[in-house]
Amino acid sequence: MSKFNKGGGKELPAISTASLPDIVFMLLFFFMVATVMRENTLFIENTLPSADQVEKLDKKSPIMYVYAGKPGPGYKKYGTEAKVQLDDKMVSNVTEIQNFVQENRNRVGETQVGKLLAALKVDRSTNMGLIGDVKEQLREVNQLKINYATVNGDPTKKK
Amino acid sequence: MSKRNAPEVNAGSMADIAFLLLIFFLVTTTLASDIGINRRLPPKIDGPVDPPPIRKMDLFEVSINRNNNLLVEQEPMDISQLREATIAFLDNNGKGNCNYCKGKQVINLSSHPSKAVIAVSNSRETSYSTFIAVQNELIAAYNHLRDRESVRLYGESFRSITSKWKAAEDGSTEKEALKNKRDYIKSLFPERISESESES
Repeated sequence: MSKFNKGGGKELPAISTASLPDIVFMLLFFFMVATVMRENTLFIENTLPSADQVEKLDKKSPIMYVYAGKPGPGYKKYGTEAKVQLDDKMVSNVTEIQNFVQENRNRVGETQVGKLLAALKVDRSTNMGLIGDVKEQLREVNQLKINYATVNGDPTKKK
Repeated sequence: MSKRNAPEVNAGSMADIAFLLLIFFLVTTTLASDIGINRRLPPKIDGPVDPPPIRKMDLFEVSINRNNNLLVEQEPMDISQLREATIAFLDNNGKGNCNYCKGKQVINLSSHPSKAVIAVSNSRETSYSTFIAVQNELIAAYNHLRDRESVRLYGESFRSITSKWKAAEDGSTEKEALKNKRDYIKSLFPERISESESES
């Protein structure tokens, strides 16, 4: 009889699944660590425009987010016109951005004020008029470093 | 006295619980790193000021109307052609005193890349995505030219220098060297884009 062909018919032993939880836990911990929970609840539609000539935001410098867009479904009480959202509140008057910048400057401390960046997360269908107003308000308080937040993609393609 | 052994806990459902948690975190995770187009706003100026003298040929006017159509140098243009047009404008070398330019030296385009200014104006009704698309094409034109010079001078693209510079350790000599290279390339094609809102 051949050395390798042992009498046939023997069933394969079941694969032990005892280490499965370990593997899953490993993945679980990875995602738990990598997860960043969204800080603000958005009341607005916020599909960012796409661009491919983008820079990564420097994680070391402090960032404040200015959201803008049309109120999302379920938030129609804020109207149908595009609006600005700062932190957790909708803003009807864009001049409130000045206070918002001031609050953020106090938060980050004097040494970091020069590095503070205003990231504009604006819905792609918003009119430029609102963004012009936002930029005007940021200039009023001398907050000149801004960033137009985008997602990766080809902007010349019509969607 | 009978000594009872504690029954073994069945650990078979542990995997299920872990899977449940895993799926929850998979769904809620946004591994999004913030990306975008950086801009610097012009400082606020009180009262009217005389605009700095810019020769007509050095100004590249891009207007976007309320219907998201482009008007480039008074000519309608599709956005797909904007990149090429901008490269031709920047690289034109109208005076013939730019030794790294490869342009056609046309009379009505820029005299020198360092003199060239791009003015973007938009209507209040212009959509944000069009505005970003235009900005993107303009930056693409700059990046194309910077890459070209960077490859010629240092044998690697401007973007790869930039990403190495960002990754390098603070205060190291390597970072300093990369910064110098980067600044030099930037000075060859300085980015001068103005944004404004038109009346109509």
